[in-house]
Amino acid sequence: MLDLVWLIPALPLAGFLTLLVLGRRLGEPMAGWLATAAMGGSFLATVAVFLGLLDRPGDDRFFNQVLFEWVPAGNLSVDAGFLVDPLSITMALFITGVATLIHLYSVGYMHGDPNFSKFFLYLNLFAASMLVLVLGDNMLMTFLGWEGVGTCSYLLVSFWFTSEANASAGKKAFVTNRIGDWGFMVAMFLTFATIGSLSYADLISSSMSGEIAAVTATGIALLLLVGAAGKSAQLPLFVWLPDAMAGPTPVSALIHAATMVTAGVYLFVRVNPVVAAAYDWVPDVIAWVGVLTALVAATIAVAQNDIKKVLAYSTISQLGFMFFAIGSGAYVAAIFHVITHAFFKALLFLGSGSVIHGMHDEQDMRRMGGLRRFMPITGATFIVGWLAIAGVPPFSGFWSKDEILLYAWADSKAIWALGSIAALLTAFYMSRQVFMVFFGEPRWNEALPVAAAAPGGNPDAEVEPESEDVAPAEVDEHPEHHVEDPHESPWTMTLPLVVLAGAAIVAGGLNLPFTPDLHFLGHWLEPSLFGNEAHVDATTGTKVFVAGFSVVLALAGVALAALVYLQRRFDSAVIEQRAFAEGWWIDSTFARVVAGPGRQLFDLAAWFDRTIIDGAVNGVASGVRVGGTALRTLQTGYVRTYALAVGLGAVVVGAWFLTRASF
Amino acid sequence: MSVSTATFAANQPFPMLTIIVVLPALGALVVALVANRRTETARQIAILTTVATAAFAAFVLVAFHGDDTGFQFVTRQTWIDDLGISWALGVDGISLFLVVMTAIIFPISLLAAKPGHDDKAYYAWILILQSGCMGVFLALDLFVFFVFFELVLVPMYFLIGKWGHGDRIHAAMKFFLYTMFGSAFMLVGILATVLLNAKGTGGAITFDLVELAQNQAIATETARWLFLSFAIAFAVKVPMFPVHTWLPDAHTEAPTAGSVILAAVMLKLGTYGFIRFGLFLFPEAAVYFAPLFLTLGVVGIIYGAIVATVQRDLKRLVAYSSIAHLGFIILGIFALNTQGIEGGILQMVNHGVSTGALFILVGWIYERRHTRQIAELKGLQKVAPIFAAAFTLVMLSSIGVPGLNGFVGEFLVLIGAFASARWWAVVAAAGVILAAVYLLWAYQRVFHGTPDDDNADFPELRWHEGLVLLPLIGLIVFMGVYPKPVIERIEPAVVALIDHMEAEVPGFAENGGPTAPEGVELRDVRADDGHATDEEADH
Repeated sequence: MLDLVWLIPALPLAGFLTLLVLGRRLGEPMAGWLATAAMGGSFLATVAVFLGLLDRPGDDRFFNQVLFEWVPAGNLSVDAGFLVDPLSITMALFITGVATLIHLYSVGYMHGDPNFSKFFLYLNLFAASMLVLVLGDNMLMTFLGWEGVGTCSYLLVSFWFTSEANASAGKKAFVTNRIGDWGFMVAMFLTFATIGSLSYADLISSSMSGEIAAVTATGIALLLLVGAAGKSAQLPLFVWLPDAMAGPTPVSALIHAATMVTAGVYLFVRVNPVVAAAYDWVPDVIAWVGVLTALVAATIAVAQNDIKKVLAYSTISQLGFMFFAIGSGAYVAAIFHVITHAFFKALLFLGSGSVIHGMHDEQDMRRMGGLRRFMPITGATFIVGWLAIAGVPPFSGFWSKDEILLYAWADSKAIWALGSIAALLTAFYMSRQVFMVFFGEPRWNEALPVAAAAPGGNPDAEVEPESEDVAPAEVDEHPEHHVEDPHESPWTMTLPLVVLAGAAIVAGGLNLPFTPDLHFLGHWLEPSLFGNEAHVDATTGTKVFVAGFSVVLALAGVALAALVYLQRRFDSAVIEQRAFAEGWWIDSTFARVVAGPGRQLFDLAAWFDRTIIDGAVNGVASGVRVGGTALRTLQTGYVRTYALAVGLGAVVVGAWFLTRASF
Repeated sequence: MSVSTATFAANQPFPMLTIIVVLPALGALVVALVANRRTETARQIAILTTVATAAFAAFVLVAFHGDDTGFQFVTRQTWIDDLGISWALGVDGISLFLVVMTAIIFPISLLAAKPGHDDKAYYAWILILQSGCMGVFLALDLFVFFVFFELVLVPMYFLIGKWGHGDRIHAAMKFFLYTMFGSAFMLVGILATVLLNAKGTGGAITFDLVELAQNQAIATETARWLFLSFAIAFAVKVPMFPVHTWLPDAHTEAPTAGSVILAAVMLKLGTYGFIRFGLFLFPEAAVYFAPLFLTLGVVGIIYGAIVATVQRDLKRLVAYSSIAHLGFIILGIFALNTQGIEGGILQMVNHGVSTGALFILVGWIYERRHTRQIAELKGLQKVAPIFAAAFTLVMLSSIGVPGLNGFVGEFLVLIGAFASARWWAVVAAAGVILAAVYLLWAYQRVFHGTPDDDNADFPELRWHEGLVLLPLIGLIVFMGVYPKPVIERIEPAVVALIDHMEAEVPGFAENGGPTAPEGVELRDVRADDGHATDEEADH
């Protein structure tokens, strides 16, 4: 059954091609159903391959399928090939699973959009690219998927392109990712220059045999970190992700939460022997990048008012957790968190989409409140997602986050402490969101407070609410749409919510810490980790302490948020600091540098080209003309005369040349 | 060099290449005989001629022996015996796809646009131009090469000067004088090479490329000067920084077909010249000057991209993007290894396809809106989604997104350059960031947003326009997904060229990176590794 692996990306690709040709004719809702079916088929194919892999003994769970030779040149040979191993198939399973649900959800969400079929066309292409990314058996295949998902992300973020903000966000996502891609590309060059191959098998075996020197492995790892920081939105390249929320909400859920942004995490788990072969401080660098991202993004999330912005910063923060898991050698925990996060974050995003849908395109949480009563399914499932991400046991997020913190504890107390603060903040900002949106009194008939309407003069926080293109029919039905009460979403939207909520509750069961036997994910992934998973020698007491402490943090975060946002014991302004709302001015500083000195430098180059380089040429031409005035008889203005002159000159120069060269 | 007389023995009885070179010129003659008012007839003859030429080129492509290192379909007729000049044509892996690309681009550029006035002369000049370009790519005799290299100037001069836009006379003159200036040096170089070779060998004078390359009878120091004299001509033609300023003017003012041919075919005359005459004739000098050209290539990549970013004219932006793309080609060629040179050749074809398509699309925008100013265009995707989709695909190919053609060439260039000139490649790779910046920004301003009144009736892509683009789009996808058949045919000639360089240049060895270990499988990796099994992952 392992031979079926090619079907996994091929089915969504076939969906893409079909929609490319027939999309407009199929229209709504057929195009959506077709795309969903392609995705569902891909999920079934993945399950089949998974079962095939399960049939094999642990040591033999590797399968290579080469379709054709893609780029052969000299001693470089890159195949279009797939690698099936526990790691890639784990990724493929949750990607196809979540993607199927989100396709289904989109059938409802995109209802009435004039470009309905185009949306599914892109979504299918995205899924195919993402699957190539995780299934590729060499770095170039991964890069193919890597750029493919980036391109789809660009196309989908700027899907409602008539708004300038959306178009800019798409471009920003692509360009920022390209900065990271530079790192990925140079990492590939260095790999090829060192081992003459780009295949993971060669890279892994050379790393483990010591054929790759520590300094080279360090170079490769750090360059990949640049690439991963771009794709997975780590410091300082995270600035594109909050803006990318301009895309339709299913896109945010699928691409900017569950799948694409975890590509960097996947990449590091895939090349874990390279990290092991690098200098000792390389994992520390990864861990610090991760934990600082987790912390900084969490502080920013605390002061956002856009329902999707909170989730965006939360995603960045959670990705930071995964990165410091990698830095601590907790590869299993990193993948564990990737999976649980995919479930609960997709759930939260889809829930927010349902809210936005139900609220007629309102995204400001200050105008929500009490929605639990109007949208019972959305409310209940969102609360599940909230408890999962906040780290409340027994929801899935608790188990994966606890495991990460345990490894961090064993690795470095400083990382653990900062990670714990980020965990506390996570519980806090998510509770704040839930309380503002689903609890309290309805506020959609109230005007925003004047001061709050422009929070700290941050224009980015107020991204155009999902433009007029969303369900125009809907808008027409409700001309005074903020007065209308919110409504629950159709079943295509609520069914995925329910399924994801179920997954968000039970996914912790993948890897329970109580006895080694319950470490299903750990045992399953073991062959792909080549013994590089860190070994934590913690006593049961320590484990209980770390776990207990995270529970306390989670509950403290919830309680604190309840005091501020439910009971209104404190003014929320104390917590929503300007620095937080402004995202520590990181993005605005970048923007200022690019628009200011950056722009000037580019203009300077253009001026230089016009005035100096071209000017020199024109100067010579003028000089010739001045000389020509003296020799007016010679200047006929005919090209042939010039040509003759040039030809004669050439002969003279040539004669000189020959006499000189003869000596 | 394994190019031996044995290969020449495989002479085709039918002078296929001569036909490819001469047929368009004959077509021009026929067009000239058509009555002035019958413009449609002239157009049909022109298109028919280019299509027939393409058919012959297709035959050559099919009949080409993929694993042969030498020249094929060789024609050799003594022309001026006393001077050792002969009508010698041949094709190898290096020129094959340039010939095919030229054969495809010409009919497409004819179909994509009409001249508007003086149709007859327009078609005649374009056909002559095609003869010239084919002649350059196929010539095996320095004299023949030079004649064709100069010949192409005249039709392009008239195409820009007569059917161009804006300040077309100035642009045409600048183009002409600039390239003439470069050619003058090459003429000297050719004459000197031929004479010094005769002196060195004590034999008769010959202009034969292969013989000259094999003799290597010129003193090292002198050969370096001669290399530079060729290099100046090629550098102007490419164009390389800092002799590039004719290009934005010529590209911008040329009519659509002129821009397409200029970008797709004529710029490649320079890069092709570097490989065929620079590296092959003067291998030592090429190695000696490689750092200089690598540097100029990298400067071109970054500089071209930066200047492109701030252009206000869409066509000028594409023109500057060409400077960046051609920088990649130069970088690949002077990486002096298999990946680099193959990537360079591949990139010549890719740039022809992608930038050709971009110029066609920009030409259609101009035709519809009578402006190329980015600021005056807005929201076109709303009114012309299919047009926008075509533009997007071509743009992504130009940016170098994997899965499309631009990536494969760029990647090979960079991976080759990294093996032989590490830091140049690291800087050049940053060019891929900038390519995304200028193209996406331009796309956003032209296609995104809400169209204003001026752009609200922008016509959608028409059927026949779609058909014109289709072959280019097909190539963009095919060469990105399955470039193997192309690379395979390029490779033997490139390997032979590098062998030639290694044989002629003491101390030069290709640095193309190590060879991969054979058949590593992950399950073996795991079994070999002792500690992997005894360390439990759980805790």
